[in-house]
Amino acid sequence: MTAAVFDTPSIEYRQLLPILIVLGVALAGVLVEAFMGRRYRHETQLVLALGGLVAAFVAVVATAGDYAVVAEGSVAVDGPGLFLQGTILLLAIPGILTTAERSLDTGGPFAPSGSAMPGSQHERLLTATGVTQTEVFPLLMFAVGGMLLFPVSNDLLTMFVALEVLSLPLYLLCGLARRRRLLSQEASLKYFLLGSFSSAFFLYGVALLYGYAGTVRLSGIADAAGSNAGDETLLLTGTALVAVGLLFKVGAAPFHSWTPDVYQGAPTPITGFMAACTKVAAFGALLRVFYVALGGLAWEWQPILWGVAILTMVVGSVVALTQQDVKRMLAYSSIAHAGFVLVGLVATDSATKDGEILGVSSVLFYLLAYGFSTIGAFAVVTLVRDSAGEATHLSQWAGLAKRSPLTAAVFTFFLAAFAGIPLTSGFTAKFAVFRAAWTGGAWELVVIGVVMSAVAAFFYFRVVVLMFFSAPAPDGPTVVVPSPLTTAAIALGAGVTLLLGVWPTQVLDLAGRASQFVR
Amino acid sequence: MTDFPWLTTLAAVPLLGAVAVAALPQGRDLLAKQVALAVSLVPLAMTIWLALDFDANSKEMFQFTEFHEWIPQFGVSYSLGVDGIALVLIALATVLTPVCILASWHDVEQSAIGESRRSVKGYFALLLLLETFMVGVFAATDVFLFYVLFEAMLVPMYFIIGSYGGAQRSYAAVKFLLYSLVGGLLMLAAVIGLYVSSPGGPKAFLFENLLGTQLGTTTERLLFLGFFVAFAIKAPLWPVHTWLPDAAAEAPPGGAVLLVGVLDKVGTFGMIRFCLPLFPDAAKWATPVILTLAVIGILYGALLAIGQTDMKRLIAYTSISHFGFIVLGIFAMTTQGQSGSTLYMVNHGFSTAALFLIAGFLISRRGSRLIADFGGVQRVAPMLAGTFLVAGLSSLALPGLSSFVSEFLVLVGTFSRYEAAAVIATGGIILASLYILWMYQRTMTGEPNEHTSVFKDLNVREAWVVAPLLAVIIALGFYPKPLLDVINPAVARTMQQVGVTDPQPITPAAGTVSEGAGK
Repeated sequence: MTAAVFDTPSIEYRQLLPILIVLGVALAGVLVEAFMGRRYRHETQLVLALGGLVAAFVAVVATAGDYAVVAEGSVAVDGPGLFLQGTILLLAIPGILTTAERSLDTGGPFAPSGSAMPGSQHERLLTATGVTQTEVFPLLMFAVGGMLLFPVSNDLLTMFVALEVLSLPLYLLCGLARRRRLLSQEASLKYFLLGSFSSAFFLYGVALLYGYAGTVRLSGIADAAGSNAGDETLLLTGTALVAVGLLFKVGAAPFHSWTPDVYQGAPTPITGFMAACTKVAAFGALLRVFYVALGGLAWEWQPILWGVAILTMVVGSVVALTQQDVKRMLAYSSIAHAGFVLVGLVATDSATKDGEILGVSSVLFYLLAYGFSTIGAFAVVTLVRDSAGEATHLSQWAGLAKRSPLTAAVFTFFLAAFAGIPLTSGFTAKFAVFRAAWTGGAWELVVIGVVMSAVAAFFYFRVVVLMFFSAPAPDGPTVVVPSPLTTAAIALGAGVTLLLGVWPTQVLDLAGRASQFVR
Repeated sequence: MTDFPWLTTLAAVPLLGAVAVAALPQGRDLLAKQVALAVSLVPLAMTIWLALDFDANSKEMFQFTEFHEWIPQFGVSYSLGVDGIALVLIALATVLTPVCILASWHDVEQSAIGESRRSVKGYFALLLLLETFMVGVFAATDVFLFYVLFEAMLVPMYFIIGSYGGAQRSYAAVKFLLYSLVGGLLMLAAVIGLYVSSPGGPKAFLFENLLGTQLGTTTERLLFLGFFVAFAIKAPLWPVHTWLPDAAAEAPPGGAVLLVGVLDKVGTFGMIRFCLPLFPDAAKWATPVILTLAVIGILYGALLAIGQTDMKRLIAYTSISHFGFIVLGIFAMTTQGQSGSTLYMVNHGFSTAALFLIAGFLISRRGSRLIADFGGVQRVAPMLAGTFLVAGLSSLALPGLSSFVSEFLVLVGTFSRYEAAAVIATGGIILASLYILWMYQRTMTGEPNEHTSVFKDLNVREAWVVAPLLAVIIALGFYPKPLLDVINPAVARTMQQVGVTDPQPITPAAGTVSEGAGK
């Protein structure tokens, strides 16, 4: 009788270091929450989180160029993966900074205790004593950890685990707003129900693809599809179901309906974080699935994604026209932007002479550019307040430029970036995805994208008109001067938006060199 | 001189001036105006120097060239240079800016209608910022750079109209912006298409490198349309002109002058610089339709001008008529037509500037734009009335004043190839005398009413505004040769790039008909 041989799996810790650091910091955050004295908790959590993000970013940079499939084939560390990990970490820094802001609202933007019933005696007591729990930091770090794993998952099960690790903390965070708690909890519940539903779709798709290929490994699916083995119905149905799960996360139509409600109800710093980082991670996973596993099937899925891209751009741009709330408007704007990113993504047939795959590099660049603008824009939204908290109704923004010219100017700059005005990152990014699409032969998508950009410009500039050209309401909101935390986040967002608009060479170059997947 | 970046300096001086003016402390209004005026004289002096140094018969397509890599991944470079056409239009911009600054001296204070005061320094900073973009857009020899400046130019103009305009300013500003953005985005699609069809490389967008790009017939036509529609909206050509009367009427007089006098010229400049040489076959294919639109515009603009009750709207409609002439001359594809059109761009700039500014003086005295509110001004303010008459006569192309030369050249140039179009367009001249003289009659002649009887004549500042404009109008009316000498070689080169030659004049047996090119 021979004893069963147990092969120890080989774990390449160096390539996994960014993920491990972030998850480790998240665990440490839980311990801090449990054992640290209340007075020092907030500062400790902030330093810990920022330190973890910076360390993880350094680890990502150190790994650059060292591409491999690691962890027994379940994680693929490659150009797009590392670029997106770096992007997520960089975006999480302003995300953490706005989350840690406490000078705008007494006690910060989060509920004193998530478990206290809204309006209960317990909550009033906590508010009166100024006690606020700081579990948002470890929750955010767990989410970031999941996001880091999501775009580098090399098999569908790892991808599903990453999806859940990033989603569950977000569901919780959405429900933690200090003001308008019922709205916040409603957002949380909606996000949770719809999110679980889409996870179920994803998982079912994984099962079908496994049934087709006999493996969940992306390269294995690609090989099986290439050799025409198995039942094609399973393959196509599985592809569709996996796509639904991922398109839900990026907020593409027709799976977008959660976005406005969740964006509106969630605490604004979390909304900004979600709008930026979740989108980056989810598009990363989408890219990997469609380019690595299903690249050979482009003929099958491209028409569908064409339709989704067009629908997403149209729904996002047109419905945004009717919005009366800044956060909802930005939510629809993020839907429209998901459409623009999809325009780049469908251009599979866009390799240049130097081996750069424009479809991938343009999406990478777009996500970075959009992420910084959007996190900055949401940070500005947290500043405009009245006695009831943030004043998000558009009518309350009338004449804001008279009260605070700088705030209005910065917000206008972000809106100009969303609208794709030259000399902002939004323009460079749009140019990149449209160029990729045209090179890939999809000039019709470019034309539709351009027309929808014009529609979108209308609602962005409607806000500009309101802020600059309308008379301020007598009892309108004021612009609260934030602590250096939020100021730094906004400055970072605006700085990157300007830099990528005026001098994008280095980043474009980086995205270009990072556009090839390992299998 | 050879290596000094003259054009960059020319564009940078007003930009630095704008920053300096904006950075002045609040309340130092007089200082802001003085700084703005002083700064705006520097580009004027530099332009004179450039014009003296310009070699009209140079073999090079562009002079004073500068080249730097900007975004090599997109084939974009920072590349400047001027030919004769660009030089005269830059001169137009640098002459009109100080004139407008001087003319707008008290406009901001006076325009504040009952609401909170508007920032004086902001207005002058915007005018200077606009000058930067105007110089840049004419000097750009990289199609992408041109597009960027073409779009960026909208932003200061948008705020000039929206923040400092009349009662309907926010409507007018949004309408202006949306029309321009739609055109601009269509052009963006065409720019991307052109890039993808071009040989590519890090200098792909240089004008010289795009010349002679081989395009399929359909592609060429689509790209031509993308560019042309953008320029037609800018120019504006009937039927996409409707934004102009609103924008020009609501803009403050100085802004209206730069809008109609210079910004709109970017449209016609773009047609002659980009549409014709880059897409010669498509341009020839579209000529019949464009000529028809131009002729309709000439008559339509003139007829609507006659019916206006608002002085500024009337001037705006006359411009639509005159832009018809300019487009007619460009697409007649003859040397005389295109030289005449280029000269017309300059002349129209000056005569419209004089009309708008003097009308602005009238409006600021009366507090109304309605023609019916005036009457008998020539009794009380003969200088005011007299200069208005000269400006008006220039607008209707009286021989001896500048517009006559250009209008004549356009009609002669058109007649030699498209007789019917020239004949019908001539009707516009007759209508012109009707709208100008009738406006003069209603506002200036007869008995002064209770408001106009207290009008003061031109003061020293106003005289300094009007004098240079009228001097130019009269000088170019009698002696346009220096300008034509600069323009003609550039036009000849354009004709060569398009591949057309002037039709042989059909001379009667006696052979006594002489060409009418210049005096």
